[in-house]
Amino acid sequence: MSFDAIYDIAASSMRAQTVRLDTVASNLANADSAAGSADAAYRAVRPVFQSVYQQVQELGQLGAASVAIADVVPSNDQPLQRYEPNNPLADADGHVYYANINTVEEMADMMSASRSFESSVEVLKRIGTMQQGLLGLGEQS
Amino acid sequence: MALSLDYALGVSPYALQTKLDRAQVIASNLANVDTPGYLAQDLDYQAVMSDVVRRQGQGETVNAASDADLLYRIPYQTSQDGNTVELQVEQSKFAANSVAFDTSLTFLNLKIKGLTTAIEGS
Repeated sequence: MSFDAIYDIAASSMRAQTVRLDTVASNLANADSAAGSADAAYRAVRPVFQSVYQQVQELGQLGAASVAIADVVPSNDQPLQRYEPNNPLADADGHVYYANINTVEEMADMMSASRSFESSVEVLKRIGTMQQGLLGLGEQS
Repeated sequence: MALSLDYALGVSPYALQTKLDRAQVIASNLANVDTPGYLAQDLDYQAVMSDVVRRQGQGETVNAASDADLLYRIPYQTSQDGNTVELQVEQSKFAANSVAFDTSLTFLNLKIKGLTTAIEGS
């Protein structure tokens, strides 16, 4: 029986979505972080998801796919340049650089991640009930 | 006629196994709902079971479902990143499949109860 494989798959999904929520939290927290140069400015980070096909160990077995985080990459969006000569971080021209973060996009990403996380929780619950039922096979009621 | 437990239980154990395999495939789809380029798969339950029935009828060994029985799901709507998993579709298939699992379990339980009655004679 392949209950273990299903638990692994659901766990991998929850792990991946947690990393995604971490990056959203980090991006939102740094939405107003200023820096003295474009290079030093915060850049939004995003995880790259990758499916991992489990090796089929013996013939007549299903190879299922769990999900893994291949990498967390910074975005290519250019930091926003603002003229704030009174800011202590301002460069010689009076410019500071803000992270180019789209708050609405981040919120949408967060909702998508938590929705996927919840669906994995449901899978775990259901599989638990199924296994419980199988354990009670042949019991006299 | 020699009593074979495999024969006595009929296709129910295989139905249970196939539904569990299907749960695994759909769980994979649900896990990869946000993976770019992932193609949703499903097990052709009818094909697997008719193969089981045919093999059992001819007295051959019954194979478990394998990758060969997997088909790709046709999405209702295409997405930009090439992912064909639709969350609602997969969730409903998973729920329906797990109820079907419980049904098979009930049938198997009834068969075992019937056998117990036959053995004990009361």
